[in-house]
Amino acid sequence: MSFDDRGGGNEDDERFGRRNPYDQYLREFEAWRSRAMRSGKGLIWIAAAVVALVMAFSSMYQVQPEEVGVVVRLGKYVRTTEPGLRMKMPFIEQVYKIPVQRQLKEEFGFRTAETGVRSTFDTVDFNAESVMLTGDLNVAVVEWIVQYRVADPFLYLFKVRNVTGTFRAMNEAIMRQVVGDRTVTEVLTVGRQEIETRAEELLRELTTQYEMGITIEQVVLQDVNPPDPVKPSWDEVNQAQQQRDRMINEAQAEYNAVIPRAAGEAQQAVLEAEGYSLNRVNRAEGESARFEMVQEAYQRAPEVTRRRLHLETMARVMPRMGSKLFLDPDAGGVVPLLSLDGSRPAFTAPTPAPQPASATGGTQ
Amino acid sequence: MIRSYVAVGIALAVLVVGASASYTVGESEQAIITQFGEPTGDSITDAGLHFKVPFIQQVNYFEKRFLEWDGSPNQVPTRDKRFIWVDTYARWRIVDPLRFFQRLRDELGARTRLDDILDGETRNAVARYDLIELVRNTNRNGEDIPDEIVDEELEAILERIERGRAAVSREILARAATRTADLGIELLDLRIKRINYVAEVQQDVFARMIAERQRIAELYRSEGQGEAARIQGERERDLQRIQSEAFEEAEILRGEADAEATDIYAAAYGRDADFYAFTKSLETYEQVIDSGTTVIMGTDSDFLRYLDQAR
Repeated sequence: MSFDDRGGGNEDDERFGRRNPYDQYLREFEAWRSRAMRSGKGLIWIAAAVVALVMAFSSMYQVQPEEVGVVVRLGKYVRTTEPGLRMKMPFIEQVYKIPVQRQLKEEFGFRTAETGVRSTFDTVDFNAESVMLTGDLNVAVVEWIVQYRVADPFLYLFKVRNVTGTFRAMNEAIMRQVVGDRTVTEVLTVGRQEIETRAEELLRELTTQYEMGITIEQVVLQDVNPPDPVKPSWDEVNQAQQQRDRMINEAQAEYNAVIPRAAGEAQQAVLEAEGYSLNRVNRAEGESARFEMVQEAYQRAPEVTRRRLHLETMARVMPRMGSKLFLDPDAGGVVPLLSLDGSRPAFTAPTPAPQPASATGGTQ
Repeated sequence: MIRSYVAVGIALAVLVVGASASYTVGESEQAIITQFGEPTGDSITDAGLHFKVPFIQQVNYFEKRFLEWDGSPNQVPTRDKRFIWVDTYARWRIVDPLRFFQRLRDELGARTRLDDILDGETRNAVARYDLIELVRNTNRNGEDIPDEIVDEELEAILERIERGRAAVSREILARAATRTADLGIELLDLRIKRINYVAEVQQDVFARMIAERQRIAELYRSEGQGEAARIQGERERDLQRIQSEAFEEAEILRGEADAEATDIYAAAYGRDADFYAFTKSLETYEQVIDSGTTVIMGTDSDFLRYLDQAR
């Protein structure tokens, strides 16, 4: 039974090999224990020891940095405890740990797997969350997330059952209400920011009204698309817009290619005309000045000048003539025959006139 | 020895009786006491430790929290004969556990009853209103609609509604509340969670959406063509204008120059027109007569005068 019965402490020392420095206390404990067992209360003491241990474990708990502990005694709320190692009454007090610092998130229309990859499975089920009617009774597919925190752990625990479920239902109702007041174009393009803001507002109001103890941080729209069968025609609209812009730009470019050049050429024509006019006027002035000067000189001796000019001109001109023919008009009978092939004219003279002889006698 | 066993026995008995005489009510719970199956006393709504008659009396727990009710989606026609799926949710709680126990027994009973009442009222409401009243909530102001929204969409969104989503929901709630009044339940809120077209209707709606988009695309394309044609026309017009204006200006300049030159000539030559004719003709003879010219002169000409005679 007991080691003590077999001998003194020496045997114990040998058995434990002097590894246990508290062997004195151990011996005393063993002595007391054997007495207790012999008196029949051993079981009770063992039970008491076990109970004491259990009580010790159940009276300590740790609250993580992002949590608070809500302590309930016999069902009734008593206190909220801060992060750290805490004590509570064993058995009659129970603690619920609520993460109040951690940002929580709900996703609608899709799910993100742990690795940050967006889940592509079960999109049919998620579709039900994201398909909704717009204010012009068209259909849009809206995905969004809500970020929130627990603000009041008491309310979060004890006021609403299934906070997450209720929250999700609220979200869907509110998003549909906001989207239901807007056209499909607003939802898909220009109105996104406004929708987020409005949904946040309404969600805040409603979570307060529902006493859920959570505070909304942000509503963020994710993919917002027209339904799959309709998508190609939406893309077509974008393409058509681009086509329109392109056609206009092309026409503008053609305009820019032609008009400035034409303007330049027009200027050129005007300048040329100016040049012509300067030329013309100067020439006119020059020629008329020359004429005036000659005319003044001519005035002083008109007859002689006239005769001189005439004869000088003839002197220059006559030699150049191709063929000359001097005829006496009285001679008559000479019919010039003009050959049309350009050779020198031939003359047929029925009665040749004795021209040299009438050099002095011929009359006019 | 026997004394100790007796002591243990007594202690155990005390414990058992004690356990049966006391009970805790959590912050989220409320309870009623039943005795032989019949309720006695008032509802217990405070959290903490309470006491009752052991063994004879039972504690029946009920939720004190706000509870959710989620309707099953219903296929309902609206007043304007559109078939839609409507999915609602509601918020309720047990206000009078005693009455609740008497009428509904437990939550399962409550759920069945709420399904009947709430689904029924929802169907009625949907059938009373056009679809637009259920989808829209407010009337839009013309000013705060972005410029990109045109035509059919604009028309649709500016259509005025009389009640709207929230009002219809409140109506359903009010009517349902009258029917749950004596059940120990309080209905706090009811909202439309989802509205969707039924599959066949959805196909038609998609077809309409596609047609609308195509129409808008056509509009853009023809806008582009129109604008391009206009610019082309402008180009032609500006070209013609520039060229003709330049021509006009040039001709005027030339004309003015010609006129001025004519005046100058006339002024000069006019002083002695005869002399001008004389000198100009001589010049012209000089220019015109060349080796190809054939000249026939009579001896009675001025030039050949001295050919015949000496004076």
